[in-house]
Amino acid sequence: MDFNLSREQTALRDAVRELYRRNYDIERLRETAIADRGWTSDVWRSLAETGVLGLAIPEDFGGAGAGIVEVATVMTELGRVLAPEPILDSAVIPADLLLRSKDPRQWQGTLEGIASGDLLGAMAHEERGDRWPHRAVATSATETADGWTLTGSKRLVKHGDVADFYLASARVGDDLAFFMVDGSTQGLSRTSFRTPDRRRGAHLLLENTPATPIELGDPDAALRRVETLEQVALCAEAIGSMEEALRITTDYLGSRKQFGTALVTFQALAHRLADLHVLVEMARSMSLYAVAVLEDGGDDPVIASRAALQVCRSARVIGHESIHLHGGIGVTEEYVIGQYAARLMAIEARLGGALEHLQQVASGIDAYDKVVLG
Amino acid sequence: MRMRLSNDEASFRQQVREFFNTQIPKDIRERAASGETREPDDIADVQRILNAHGYAVPSWPAAWGGREWSPVQEHVFLDEMHLAHVPEPLTFNVDMIGPVLCEFGTDEQKARFLPGTANLDIWWCQGFSEPDAGSDLASLRTSAVRDGDEFIVNGQKTWTTLAQHADWMFALVRTNPDAPKRQEGISFLLIDMRSPGINVRPITLLDGSVEVNEVFLSDVRVPVENLVGEQDRGWTYAKFLLGNERTRVARVGVSKNRLALAKRLAAETPAGQGTLLDDPMLRARIAEMENELAALEVTLFRATSGDVDQAAIASILKLRGSELQEQTTELIADIAGPTALAVDGPSDEIPRWAQRSIRSYLAQRKVGIYGGSSEVQRMIIAKTLTGR
Ligand SMILES: Cc1cc2nc3c(=O)[nH]c(=O)nc-3n(C[C@H](O)[C@H](O)[C@H](O)COP(=O)(O)OP(=O)(O)OC[C@H]3O[C@@H](n4cnc5c(N)ncnc54)[C@H](O)[C@@H]3O)c2cc1C
Repeated sequence: MDFNLSREQTALRDAVRELYRRNYDIERLRETAIADRGWTSDVWRSLAETGVLGLAIPEDFGGAGAGIVEVATVMTELGRVLAPEPILDSAVIPADLLLRSKDPRQWQGTLEGIASGDLLGAMAHEERGDRWPHRAVATSATETADGWTLTGSKRLVKHGDVADFYLASARVGDDLAFFMVDGSTQGLSRTSFRTPDRRRGAHLLLENTPATPIELGDPDAALRRVETLEQVALCAEAIGSMEEALRITTDYLGSRKQFGTALVTFQALAHRLADLHVLVEMARSMSLYAVAVLEDGGDDPVIASRAALQVCRSARVIGHESIHLHGGIGVTEEYVIGQYAARLMAIEARLGGALEHLQQVASGIDAYDKVVLG
Repeated sequence: MRMRLSNDEASFRQQVREFFNTQIPKDIRERAASGETREPDDIADVQRILNAHGYAVPSWPAAWGGREWSPVQEHVFLDEMHLAHVPEPLTFNVDMIGPVLCEFGTDEQKARFLPGTANLDIWWCQGFSEPDAGSDLASLRTSAVRDGDEFIVNGQKTWTTLAQHADWMFALVRTNPDAPKRQEGISFLLIDMRSPGINVRPITLLDGSVEVNEVFLSDVRVPVENLVGEQDRGWTYAKFLLGNERTRVARVGVSKNRLALAKRLAAETPAGQGTLLDDPMLRARIAEMENELAALEVTLFRATSGDVDQAAIASILKLRGSELQEQTTELIADIAGPTALAVDGPSDEIPRWAQRSIRSYLAQRKVGIYGGSSEVQRMIIAKTLTGR
């Protein structure tokens, strides 16, 4: 058992940390988040050069050939600085799905494009009236003389506003299938939206939209795997955001004086910080557990749910308390702590929420005697 | 002992319910219900309608428009107002400066300010907090130096709610920096917001609303007749005022409305084979909150009949009331679930309530902070127990 990062993993973490330290401060982050598409192309190029965009893509396809531990390590750093670049949504997730296909060489160009930062992907899966775990796919795929087309609507496509291509789920008869849809193709319209944590996305309308099938073997298993990856990555990101939110809050209480003394000297507040620290540690443990299991090839959705449950619970308290402990300044848009709370809420919404994960875990408790880790 | 309203009280409830539902325009109440109240217009319209019917300032002395209602009637009135989604009258006018002037103001001050305050011809804001004086309000530094018939005021106020609409500010200022106790050197001044030297800078909250402001005061001249009560005794008047503020902020009716809304929204949200409201865990959570709210409401009833320790009651109501307000907005964000991720875009795709839910959740953290934070309330409650 070993929870330490290797030398290479530490170097990767430091490189990402340094890259963000160089490119953003709080003011720049704020300006970027408000402007236009909400992130920076220069930073995207640097991320490609550092190997982050192709992190989990094999070297044969232009990537760095790293694994889940590396992805999670990077995600924690991104969470720490509220990095706005859509690394998970536009690169990591689309690449992972394409790599599940029967013959990934068919997608050689796309995978290389992701790793080099030239192509932005997006998963287009969620549909109306559905909650986590999203399975209500009604979009239909039809084979015509000229190839396949899709008809239906996809909503809440994360960073779908800028995607060059979409990986869209659809039904062929009753079966789930995935298709590659070109972002600039005929019959595709997108409406963009903003998120509470100042990111972007799009709802898609597909009307006889040309699409290329992705041969997955077992599309349901591929979807489960990609979702598990997404959950694990978001948990790791949340850990970074929680740690930083707690650090900022601790610093603030150390410097803010009321009643003639730093607030942190009031034991009621010091104990609160201690409780929050415990929450971060518990979440971190479950996050690392889920990372380790996924790294070993077990994409067990129950384990991902255990991690998500813990992360959601901790994130909710830490988001709330870090605002509350700041007093008035905590609820302002200008001061950074609220943005951490916003990101944590958005991550929770994406994870599916504590209630949903609790259900997932609760539904299985009669199938085992004791929880055995591993 | 009796929980039931007397026949008179019940018919009073009926009467005010009908008043709110027939006399306050529907569009104003609908906007309030969906969190889209137009400021200042909706607030001013409501207050003037209330005033025209003698309902604007029921708790003031009869001579100034008060109704001399029993505490139960006051509670029922407020509760019905919340339940009908009527935007609350401006608390700075009705609950704060009005009662202070009635109690401590000169006859001239009463005649000059009270009628306009009741009718919202004068919009007041509260200039208490400063950047370095939040929970520790008595450390405030904005200074007022006597110069002939005027005070010259210098300093900065912050978190001043709706100062952008305000005509006047009631402010705590330091008139005696050398007083043996900090609380003893503070005075209560009425400041015309149009005075030269006042600068208002808006602060945006996490839901994008502009509701609080920084107010900078530089060499602002305030005539001595705008001093309330005695010089250096302002802390006494402020304590009187803050006690009123805290009982109002329980907002049981607001939380009740929100729980009812939550159930409606959950019942409209498909989940699994049915709706989200079929989910036993969500039901348990809602039931738990409804029960907590019922306990708070009974406590409020007990408070109105004088049954609880008066020193602690305002703080108990503020603490529990704000926690429940925070939790009910949290519940709505959870019901929105994944749809909370869009804050704009077409509402047929993602309904507006869901678009607003996370940002409202974030901004609503304010209720545990303003009006004396939860920690400050706990300190007050603890003091009543330990005497320390
Ligand atoms: C939306 C909003 C509207 C407001 N409107 C007005 C207004 O109109 N007029 C006005 O004058 N003011 C207004 N306020 C100010 C409000 O009263 C203050 O924010 C509040 O008193 C807290 O002060 P602070 O923000 O400086 O936080 P701080 O006092 O710095 O407190 C920071 C944190 O430390 C905690 N804390 C402080 N001291 C202790 C202690 N001794 N023991 C344990 N915990 C402690 C607090 O509870 C809080 O969690 C408003 C505030 C908000 C957020």
